[in-house]
Amino acid sequence: MPLASNDSPLRAPADAGGLAAVLPQPPQPAYTKQDFTSDQIVRWCPGCGDYSILAQMQKIMPSVCAKQNIPRENVVFVSGIGCSSRFPYYMNTYGFHSIHGRAPTFATGLKSTRPELMVWVVTGDGDGLSIGGNHLIHALRRNIDLKILLFNNRIYGLTKGQYSPTSEMGKKTKSSPMGTVEQPINPLLIALAAEATFAARSLDTDTKHLQDTLERAAAHRGVAFVEIFQNCNIFNDGAFESFADISVRKDKTLILEHGKPLIFGKDRNKGIRLKGLKPEVVTLGQGITEADLLVHDEKSEDPTLAYLLAHLSEPEFPIPLGVYRNVSRPTYDQLLQSQVETSKSKPNAGNLQALLASGDTWTVE
Amino acid sequence: MAGRERSPENEEDSENAKTESASNIEESMAPNTQVASVPKEVEDRNREPENVIIRFAGDSGDGMQVTGSMFTHNSALVGNDISTLPDFPAEIRAPAGTLPGVSGFQLNFSSLDIKTPGDAPEVLVAMNPAALKVNLSDLVPGGMVVLNADAFGGNNLKKAGYVVDPREDNTLAGYQVIQVQISNLTLQAVKPTGIGQKDASRCKNMFALGLMFWIYDRPMEPTIRTIRQKFGKKPEIAEANVLALQAGYNYADTMEIVPNQIRVSKAQLPKGTYKMIMGNEATALGFIAAAKVSGRPLFYGSYPITPASDILHELSRHKEFGVYTFQAEDEIAAIGACIGASFGGALGLTGTSGPGIALKSEAMGLAVMTELPIVIVDVQRGGPSTGLPTKTEQADLLQVMFGRNGECPLCVLAPATPGDCFRMAIEASRIALTHMLPVVLLTDGYLANGAEPWPIPRVEDLPKISVKFATDPATYQPYRRDPETLARQWALPGTPGLEHRIGGLEKEDVTGNVSYDAENHERMVRLRAEKVAKIANDIPPLEVVGDAEGGELLVIGWGSTYGAIDQAVGRVRRRGGKVSAAHLRYLNPFPANLGDVLSRFEKVLVPEMNLGQLRWLLRAKYLVDAIGLNKVQGQPFKIKEIEKKIEELL
Repeated sequence: MPLASNDSPLRAPADAGGLAAVLPQPPQPAYTKQDFTSDQIVRWCPGCGDYSILAQMQKIMPSVCAKQNIPRENVVFVSGIGCSSRFPYYMNTYGFHSIHGRAPTFATGLKSTRPELMVWVVTGDGDGLSIGGNHLIHALRRNIDLKILLFNNRIYGLTKGQYSPTSEMGKKTKSSPMGTVEQPINPLLIALAAEATFAARSLDTDTKHLQDTLERAAAHRGVAFVEIFQNCNIFNDGAFESFADISVRKDKTLILEHGKPLIFGKDRNKGIRLKGLKPEVVTLGQGITEADLLVHDEKSEDPTLAYLLAHLSEPEFPIPLGVYRNVSRPTYDQLLQSQVETSKSKPNAGNLQALLASGDTWTVE
Repeated sequence: MAGRERSPENEEDSENAKTESASNIEESMAPNTQVASVPKEVEDRNREPENVIIRFAGDSGDGMQVTGSMFTHNSALVGNDISTLPDFPAEIRAPAGTLPGVSGFQLNFSSLDIKTPGDAPEVLVAMNPAALKVNLSDLVPGGMVVLNADAFGGNNLKKAGYVVDPREDNTLAGYQVIQVQISNLTLQAVKPTGIGQKDASRCKNMFALGLMFWIYDRPMEPTIRTIRQKFGKKPEIAEANVLALQAGYNYADTMEIVPNQIRVSKAQLPKGTYKMIMGNEATALGFIAAAKVSGRPLFYGSYPITPASDILHELSRHKEFGVYTFQAEDEIAAIGACIGASFGGALGLTGTSGPGIALKSEAMGLAVMTELPIVIVDVQRGGPSTGLPTKTEQADLLQVMFGRNGECPLCVLAPATPGDCFRMAIEASRIALTHMLPVVLLTDGYLANGAEPWPIPRVEDLPKISVKFATDPATYQPYRRDPETLARQWALPGTPGLEHRIGGLEKEDVTGNVSYDAENHERMVRLRAEKVAKIANDIPPLEVVGDAEGGELLVIGWGSTYGAIDQAVGRVRRRGGKVSAAHLRYLNPFPANLGDVLSRFEKVLVPEMNLGQLRWLLRAKYLVDAIGLNKVQGQPFKIKEIEKKIEELL
């Protein structure tokens, strides 16, 4: 079989960091959804929310690649362990199904050395917040240009139904027959505490909103964190029904839009305003106007508003969906790359003989 | 080959001399200096000895590591062969003046080819009573003790556990004692710089170094240059250190603190240009060289851990070679990122010590399963658990061989000396990149921090590493293998048409698709094992030093025990003993001729700094009734310990 040797164009010379400069760049074909569908049989349980997420991802990728001028071969999906982490097998891109909780670490090594690649991380509530919580925090705070999707179904599915770090307090599961005695963790609060430059939330069944959110995550330069509420119809069916069910969704969720007041409800007559430091739900009319409401500002450098929104919970408040935070900061991979490039541009850079002979030497005749 | 030897008989004589001279301590020279009378033979021997073993010892804040390193560096520059043993506590600053806070640095410098830091110091520089207490028993009889007289006050004596001042009873009888008021003289010397008392007091190690430079007739200029470089941003501190160094030298000269200066001639090393190198530095340079000759960018993911951190420090300084360093949030992230970088086409490296290997084990299994080229450096230290972080040991061999779930073989290499770390780092990279698998490079704390003269290699003489990538979508299969090495193809993200998925689930042969098929699983398990075994075709055979055709006794070692084994075997052979030596740098797979070599000897002795891990492997694989010599004290073998065991077995 033909292989590229050291001397072929594929070879990245030691004095060039990544491969971007030397890889052939064919003209961009217009991709279709089919181009992102692998030949593997999808093995999630029938009715699983993961199907919808996969479908929306395959749908948006042609447009993402076109907009950013990225060929399919430059897209990589990295995952950990769990139901969600089978995702890369079904995307016809490069993929790495790694070990439990560690996907952000593999993605970090890959993106650091190959900044031209678009790297997605797919994780779940157990994978990303329990065994891999540490890596998630550090990937977020480094602002490495990864797109991290956390499928939150509030249960361990692949191990057959134990409670997860996002399971609600008191939940009865196989491993908590009397109910859990643990306070759940809120993924967005973790992301905001780590000062993720992009943090959003969406819903598996709201296909349009999910597509928009994924596209916006793809467009962000820096770490993008998206929590996706995902129904596990086998072990935790209806976990999000109270607000996600189509019959109540408009009253129980709030779609965040940058620069717009926080209005929700099927009659668009309810809103959120601040009373002191506390948010409250108000009804528009009777002396309350849009001007009294909180206005969403995803661009705020200060994550306080986003934090306040992430705290809104049932039954008192609607669940906010959309982009909580979207700010611009230098990325880890850019900064690292620029240190490497700056060093390589120094005179005599890369002179191995000079390096080996550096320092005090003596000669034996 | 050997350094100066002292037969057991001579040692006994010296013991006698020690007791006889007990009453002979007399004041002489100067108010600050006391010299004990020294047995005549010791004095003669010391004027132009073949080698000298010095140990610098003081509080962990006294700068003994710096002092030792500077003396070492200086010795290397004047052409001596050198070997060092830094020995410091895990605490950065244990309570001042106490026994646990003592930090030591032993240096052997010689006009001959030496391979160890020496069994016992002949000179002890003790900056306080605790340093004296901890180290005196190691000193050879009749050896020289240089004391900082100012530190021998009431409180310091008490903290060291001395009821009576050791200078006033028989503690120092039989040694050549030189007392100098190092602290006070240092303060006076650095006064002109106007620096504060605390900074001024810190220069006392340089005063001590100056004393030793005069005793051993050393030029000060290279060290002065180093000091000025080191304190470039603090010229007044640099000046103070230089003044202290010069003051120490001049004081020794004026006072003639020893009757004759001692000279160790240049060593007859092979021709070439040399520099002094430490193991961790050599490891880092080896990887940079491997990246260069393979044309791969280098990625090093690591979490700070003693004694491996210096590799991270060194590599992070060399980004001009396309080196990416990543200080990870933990050990697992470090290897994860390394595997990710390798998936992307880099030479992926991670480095750690034993506890870090335990954390990385699952990811090492993933690298075995995904058959990606990575190198894992394990700078071994005393274990188990946190163990002895700053001390050396060889007890991770079985961990790296077997410490993973499932049948999970990988390649294991071990360098023999600090300079050998360079060569073996390149070798580890070569095997990883050409056989497509993870390779463990097992060094240890002794190699990592030890130093030796290193002949600077020429880049054109380095091994070539040829790396191939898959590019053809028509024929590409993720787990199609090279028939000779069984290496799978490396297809990099960014290559059109080769989009594929890999991971930790069992792979279907050839396609790499997920497979739970029973027969396929066994086939893949056997393929992965065979792939490691086939590396034996690509490594040099084991060499026997001594009687290649076989004989009475073979001493076989691995890793940093090389120097002590080599010297011990050399000594016994010169006395006519039928003993040979062999040293394993390849531990998995073993060299193809190892079984044959073992079978040629009546007895096999395996000295190891563990309870017999290589011995266990040799017995299991070759059914040889190997004998162990095992030392687990956080300290390297002394030559005489191995020598004694050899004598016992012959």
